[in-house]
This record gives sequence, structure tokens and C-alpha cells, in this order.
Amino acid sequence: MDTDILTASSPREDAPVDASTIAAASAARLAHLDELEAESIHIIREAVAEADNPVLLYSIGKDSSVLLHLARKAFYPAKLPLPLLHIDTTWKFREMIAFRDALAHQLDLRLIVHINRDGLARGINPIGSGSALHTDVMKTQSLRQALDQHRFDAALGGARRDEEKSRAKERIFSFRNAHHLWDPKRQRPEPWRIYNARKRDGESFRIFPLSNWTENDIWSYIERERIAVVPLYFAAPRPVVERDDMLIMVDDDRLPLKPGERPQIKMVRFRTLGCYPLTGAIESSARTVPEIVRETRQSRYSERRGRVIDGDGAASMERKKQEGYF
Amino acid sequence: MNAHSQPAALAAGPRARQQRAKRLLRFIACGSVDHGKSTLIGRLLFEANQLFEDQLDALAADSRKLGSQGGELDYSLLLDGLAAEREQKITIDVAYRFFATDRRKFIVVDAPGHEQYTANMATGASAADLALVVVAANDGLTRQSKRHLVILSLLGIRNVVLAINKMDRVGWSRQAFMAVDAEFRAFAAGLGIDDIVSIPVAAKSGDNVVRRSPHTAWHDGPTLLDALEAAEPAILQPGPLRMPIQLVNRPDADFRGYSGLIVSGAVHIGMMVRLLPSGRVTRVARIVTFDGDLESAEAGRSVTLTFTDEVDASRGDLVAGVDQAPSASDRILARVFWIGDRALGPGQRYLLKLATSTATASVEPQLRVLDLDSRGLVEAPTIAPNEIGTCTLRLNRAIAAEPYAACRETGSFILIDPETFDTVAMGCIEQIPQSRSATLKSSSRRQFARWTETHARSLAKAMSWRTTGGIDTFVVTFVISGSTKIAGSVALADVVTKILIHYLHERVWALVPWGKR
Repeated sequence: MDTDILTASSPREDAPVDASTIAAASAARLAHLDELEAESIHIIREAVAEADNPVLLYSIGKDSSVLLHLARKAFYPAKLPLPLLHIDTTWKFREMIAFRDALAHQLDLRLIVHINRDGLARGINPIGSGSALHTDVMKTQSLRQALDQHRFDAALGGARRDEEKSRAKERIFSFRNAHHLWDPKRQRPEPWRIYNARKRDGESFRIFPLSNWTENDIWSYIERERIAVVPLYFAAPRPVVERDDMLIMVDDDRLPLKPGERPQIKMVRFRTLGCYPLTGAIESSARTVPEIVRETRQSRYSERRGRVIDGDGAASMERKKQEGYF
Repeated sequence: MNAHSQPAALAAGPRARQQRAKRLLRFIACGSVDHGKSTLIGRLLFEANQLFEDQLDALAADSRKLGSQGGELDYSLLLDGLAAEREQKITIDVAYRFFATDRRKFIVVDAPGHEQYTANMATGASAADLALVVVAANDGLTRQSKRHLVILSLLGIRNVVLAINKMDRVGWSRQAFMAVDAEFRAFAAGLGIDDIVSIPVAAKSGDNVVRRSPHTAWHDGPTLLDALEAAEPAILQPGPLRMPIQLVNRPDADFRGYSGLIVSGAVHIGMMVRLLPSGRVTRVARIVTFDGDLESAEAGRSVTLTFTDEVDASRGDLVAGVDQAPSASDRILARVFWIGDRALGPGQRYLLKLATSTATASVEPQLRVLDLDSRGLVEAPTIAPNEIGTCTLRLNRAIAAEPYAACRETGSFILIDPETFDTVAMGCIEQIPQSRSATLKSSSRRQFARWTETHARSLAKAMSWRTTGGIDTFVVTFVISGSTKIAGSVALADVVTKILIHYLHERVWALVPWGKR
């Protein structure tokens, strides 16, 4: 069962790139993906070398999958020297949770799953409470709880600068004060590859090794390295309802249907994954990684279009980040 | 808004196939405040068909609400992603944007123009292959444009595309264009920036950004996009091997690897390398990666090396080629860009971080500051915020360092305030001065070597002493006993037994450090 999930999610294509071919490449400039890979591995090693108690934030999405793969490369042959932390809102797609547990088991990873019990007890949910409150309590507050509880002083995440305008402004080593707050007006200069990771007790860093990757790079790399990703990224017939111009998947019976609303089976896939009632699917026929690579190159919409939470007011991502959201 | 539908219709079909082969160009867009950088970059992304429809919709809405273009699309809002930037209509921090055309992939770094945010501009410039400098035709070169040029020069950036913007404001005048161009070249020449392509543009209307302008028939040079596509980025220097050690990889007792990014040169199995600052020479046994061992690896690759000898190396040490290894030094002369809140002065102490090593640095007297107008260095008591100057730093320990011109990664550093932990300076090493303490240390090492004796020397000393002593014993015994036979026997026994005793005595003393200087 475990291995089924992981292999089924990574369709085979006959275009492997083996290590010897790469090594044989002469003094010529390394390929674009190699350059990104080497840069990210360098960042991951710096983060772990400088931090007292680092953690890898694992959201189960494609960027997290690439980040985890790079982290394993960074410390090979040693085992991953840091645990994974998943902030579970209890509203993730079921396939995401199954994938997460199978992966942790197969790769023998230390996985910490944190749920904001207080928020759960208060009945916070994405449908009744609204996306903004749900995200704040079950993601932002929850993340802060987990970081404080385990005293993590460096949290590595898979955010990319091409995702969103305020992320395009953020440093690779992003300083947070003792309250986890980001001050976009006073970021430390970060020249060359030299990261100033000095901090006091209680202060911390969010570290983004994938800062310079684009969505297209992520998929090209997943293709080249045959990295397993959640099957929801691949097109399949799924039950969806159309709401506010978005296709919302009916993942379980917690999604209340409005009068007259009936789930339809459509050929859809997801460009990003989050809480299922807040994540829009796109109609697509892309069933393999190469098809997705082609599709993202031709898309006329950005990947975050399918996120309800990003639309909560202008500069909403920046505000969420300042409050401690990843 | 009809420009809106036109580029969007040029869907990206054929460009996708060529994506793989492109060489990446990282460039920084800089220039004085209000000269139109963000607008120019926004326009470039728009014209090059790099914007998604939902982003364009958001831009249209933002432009109506926050824009300064009377409801028309305000392209600067694409890049000024922070709330404070959008409110104040300025760029505070660098924005990184990614785009690709048929010919190449780009990372563009949009840098702030205000003087108080120059440190952010320098952050963006440190990784750039090329600089796009925007100067408004109706304003010319400002003090801040000059400061940006000086920083580009400090960071070793030689290639510049000069976009002379707001050409519509000067009636598309060739004379106005030529005047700015000449002023710019004159200033840049003194800074070693010699590869300059000048283009007359109007960012707001997109003239000469991607489409050739009908207003500038006199311009026979490229459009902005043409110039960026044609530019040749600096290729990774072949250079000698440099790999700063990031961490020691030791999963079990059988494996001890040294992980790092090769920043210059190449390494292969069996290669002799020097570890610094210890100076220890060893041989590469394996080049380990997740994807299998490699025969060789070159600059730009992250690897883990193992050596044939048990060596004592750790984070902060450098793996270098044997022949062209840098020196380990505790004194450096550097050009610094000072970004701390209070001025840099002699006697102050900071943390210096160079590659993966950290040391404590104190500032020696004799500071010099770069004069923006003359571009010469003049002596000064302090280096003020946002000034560039030179200083000598004394470190609390020797680290591997070399001039920035020889290797960017082992010749650049930051200074960190030991109290606030703020990054207060970016530094480029100019030279490694002969250090008095370093010479002292090495000469005392030589003296110490003189006191540490070999076994042969101890034995030879014992023999020469006992031979001398033996002759003395013979003479004394002969005088007392009057017998050559007795004197000979005593002297011989004396010489043989005491050579052995003296030798052992010497070796015991050789182990005692007491009394040595």
C-alpha cells in the first residue's frame, strides 16, 4: 500500500539523466537545473550548520517534495539531520495525508504533525469561520505554536520568489523576531552567498532554499529526478462543485452543498495543494509530469490563482507573513 | 487597454521547446529614484508576454486604486510588492522576477533607488552578471546614480546596459540622449566599467523596450530586450580549486566527508589538495554525491569529499589546489561598503564572515573614503553610512583569504555588529598585507623547530661531548694513577656508557617544554 501511493504518483517516462552523463560534462556552464540544485543544497547545508535546532516545514506539496529531495542530497550518505514538521489543519485532502504518512514510513523520516488543538476545540474551520480566520488560527498560529513548543530556531520552507509579490522581496535567510514577526522594511542585506544567521534567544529564521526556482523549474526537476508527488497534481476524473469561479473538490462529506448544487465528475488536477475547501482545481488532461511541464509553460494564469486565501485583500500575503505565516 | 490583448495572444507554444538550452542571465536594474526602473521592468515583462492574466487583472485593479497613471496600467505596481512601497510609490527592497524569452532565461533584480536603501541595491548587485542602469533623460546622472555605479564597480560588474528613459520628456532629442550617454561614459570610465550599451527608451509607452520606437529613427542600436538577450554573462572562472567546507559529514565511524560547494576550479579523484588555514596537504579519495560517486567535479557543484589521510578539518576551512592556494592571514586590506547606522572607525570590533568561516575583526587606523566626484580615495577619520572606503582589519585568527579579483567567494565578506547582529558592511579584499604577527609567528615556529631535536642530533651531541669528556678523563686518570693502561680503560668505559646515558638524558629533556623560549 505504502509503495503503491509513491510509485503511482510518479509516472515513468523514458528520459532518464544518469549521474555519469552529468559528470562527463566538461568545463562548460552547468545546466540551469544543476545550478539551482547546487545553490539550494548550499543553502540547506548553511541553514543546518548555523542553526541549533532546525526543522524542515513539509506541506506535502510539490515544492516540499523537491525541498525534501534536495535536503536528502545535501546530507547524503548521512540521514536527514532534521525532522519534518507538518502543520495539519485537519482539512487537507485525504490523498495528501496518505501520501505524507507513506513517504515518512518509506524514507524512515522523523515526522512531527502539529494540529492547533485549541483552534479545533473552538470549532474553527474553513467553511463556517471563513478562509482568513481559518488560515490565521489553523496555519499561522499553529505554526508558531509548533515552533515554540519544539524550540526550533530555523524553519526551512519551500516558498519561491516567483509565487507572489511580497515573497519576491524576501531574503533567503529571513529573520523573525521573538514574536515570529517579519519586518519587510528592515531586512538584513544578503550579499553573495554569505548569510548572517546570528540571532538571540527566541529569535529565529525562516529559510527558503527554493527562492530562485520557478514553477516550471520545479516540474522540470521533478521530471528529471523522478520525485514522487501527490497524485492530485495529475489529471483524473474527480467530483467537483463550481463556486465563485473555482472548482472545489468534494473530498469528504464535510463540505456542505448549497441548494441545487450537485457534484459533477470532471477531468481536473491541482496546481497547488492546501485545504481542500480553499483550493481550486483546474480542468486539465495532463496525466504525466512532462504533460504538466508543457501545460505550465502555456498557462495564462499564475499558479496561485487557485488559492482562496491569497485574495483576502490587497497585500494579504505580506500581512500574513508579517504575522508569522510561512 | 488594447495593448493588453495583443501580447497575450502570442501564446507560448514554440518558446517552450527551447527552454532547456538557455543560459541564465542575472541582471540588476538600478538607478536614481523616480527615473522609472520599476516601470521599465514591469513594461519589459508585459511586452515580453511574461504576465499571467490574473496578474494583469490584479494590476488593472491596483492601477485604478493606487496608480499614478490616471487609471492607466501602472507597471511599477507589478514589482513594488510591499504595502509600504505601494503606498509611498517607492521601491524599498529588491524584488526578484523570473522570465524567459526564446533566447534565454532571466532573473531580474529590481533595486531601490533611494539612498537609504542602497544596501538593498548592493545585495541584489552582488549576484548579478550585468547591470541595467536607468537614467532619466530630463534629469541626467544624479549623485545616487553615481553611487550605484561605484557599487557596481566595487562588486566587479563590468557589463552595463544604459537605458536613457523618459525620452518623450525631451522631445526624443538625439542631443539630449548623447549628452547623458557622454556624461555616463566619462564617469564610468574611471571605475573600470567599459562595456556599455546605451538605449533611448520611454518605459511608460514601451518605446524601444521590446518594440523599436518610431520616434528614434536616429538610434541604430538594439532595443532593451535585444541588448539583454545578446549580452554575454561572466562565465564561472576556471581558476584554481576552492571549496569552503560547510560541514563535516560523519554518519558513522567509517565515513568522514567534507561537504561544500565548489566555488572555483575543479577537483578529481587522486588530486593533491591543501587544507587551509592548517596548510595540511592530502589527496582526494572520493567525490560523494546522492547520485553516486563522481570521477571529477567542477565549479558550481555541491559535493562531499573524502581524503586519503585522517585530517583535522572543520566548517570554515578551505579546500584549495596545492599550487595556487591562498595564504592564511590574520590581516586584510579591504574595500568596504559601509551600511551600519553609525560610522566605521578605528578600534571598533566586528564579526567577520568570509565564505563559511567567522572571525573577530578589529579596525586598524588609517581609513580612506571614496570621493564620489573625483573617484579618488582620501584619508578620513571614519567611514560614514552609505560610503565606500578602505580599511585594514586585524583578525583574531588566521583564515584563508585572497583578493576579490582572484576569487569572488574567498575574497568577499560581511561584517556583523557583535551587539545588534546587524550586517553593517560588505567587503571586498584588495590585498593581504604582510602581517607583523604572522611573520613573528612563523619565525617563532622556526625557532621552536631548532629546539626540537632529532634522535641523530641527540646521539651526535652525546658522542662529541663524551669524546671530549673521554680525553679529559684519560688525562686526569693518567696524572693521578701514572698508568696509561688504567687511564685508557677508565676513559673507554666512561665514553661508551656515558654516551648512552647522555643520549637518554637529552631525550628526556627534549620532552620538557619548561625553560624554553
